[in-house]
Amino acid sequence: MDILVTYDVNTETPAGKKRLRKVAMVCKDFGQRVQYSVFECRVDQAQYEKLRAKLTKIMDPKLDSLRLYRLPAPREKNLECYGVDRYVDFEEPLIL
Amino acid sequence: MKPILNTLYIQTQGSYLRLDHETLKVEVEREMVFQIPLHHLRSIVVFGNVLVSPFLLHRCAEDGRDVVWLSEYGRFHARLNGPTTGNVLLRQAQYAVLNDPGQTLEIARLMVAGKLQNARTVLKRAAREGKGSPDQGSLNEAAEAQADGIRRAEQASDLDVLRGIEGSAARAYFAAFSGMIRLNRDVFGFTERSRRPPRDPVNALLSLAYALLSNECVAACESVGLDPQVGFLHALRPGRPALALDLMEELRAPLADRLVLTLINRNQIKPDDFVDRPGGGIYLTETARKTFLAAYQKRKQEEITHPVLNSKIPYGLIAHIQARLLARYLRGDLPCYQPFLFR
Repeated sequence: MDILVTYDVNTETPAGKKRLRKVAMVCKDFGQRVQYSVFECRVDQAQYEKLRAKLTKIMDPKLDSLRLYRLPAPREKNLECYGVDRYVDFEEPLIL
Repeated sequence: MKPILNTLYIQTQGSYLRLDHETLKVEVEREMVFQIPLHHLRSIVVFGNVLVSPFLLHRCAEDGRDVVWLSEYGRFHARLNGPTTGNVLLRQAQYAVLNDPGQTLEIARLMVAGKLQNARTVLKRAAREGKGSPDQGSLNEAAEAQADGIRRAEQASDLDVLRGIEGSAARAYFAAFSGMIRLNRDVFGFTERSRRPPRDPVNALLSLAYALLSNECVAACESVGLDPQVGFLHALRPGRPALALDLMEELRAPLADRLVLTLINRNQIKPDDFVDRPGGGIYLTETARKTFLAAYQKRKQEEITHPVLNSKIPYGLIAHIQARLLARYLRGDLPCYQPFLFR
């Protein structure tokens, strides 16, 4: 399934900046950055639970905000995208 | 059924692959060019001068993810082998069958029959498609030679006789091979199989396809828990993955050869996609190899009805399913090994 992760992390303090970096790092472990604070992750149920557990552990519920949306499949049919698109389909042939 | 996970091919010379938390990063000249979560990857295939960090290797070994090193031109060099795993009882059953000449011959016979049947199907199909062309006769003749081989394989009294039958059927198949090439035949003419090095463009394409396919057959054996070196049709030799080569026989024509033919006949691979190398070898250019790999990956995702399971499966899983069927036979859960028959 495709999960859309978006977040706001309060970065007024050094601790906030650290949380922001950590959130981004965890998101990259499961998916890819499509906009600055927006990630798309293709995961199975177990990976999804793991992703959510990691993110909620990092965030500060009093200061930060995290939203997880489940994209209805198939992604290509349910998503309109304009302008710069950095999405890479990890299931397509990967040849570098 | 497990999904087929992707394979990452790296052919940019001088790239560096490293582990970053749960992701794989590709750097070229110290610039990050690609990042992917490891959970999308089943295997990593690198060509030539590509560095892989030790920690990424450790992680891949731990997870059972394949890492395969090929030369810049696609010749097999090495594969990462993690700790020995799998079912020791299954391997024991495998060795026991090897020590039983009757049973070994029976399996080898079925594998040869599967191979010849599939070669015949491919020839027949090409003959049908090329109706009215002068090649039709020779294609049908070669198809008949395969059928004849299947009949003789049934009566083969020992492995050597069986291998002889397989060899002569293969010669008939390759003798008719150029009849299946419909485009640019002046360049893609083909007379006989040559390898190490491949001496003409078609041989270069076949060699690359077989190198990729054999890696997958080794991986299939290992993921089921079979010893890839202990084969029945192929003789045992140090370093030779005999069982993987056994499994590969029936897959060559439908998976590898047909892909090569499609790429040529659809003009996706063109006469100027090749370079001469010192020593008389002919190899694909980097861009052509990319076209080839993309087509190969695409083909693996296409679905086909498996005649034994009677369900739709992607091409990329056929080797795994055959390894599983073989394992079930070796354990005594199936009365015989059923080769994959392509329609």
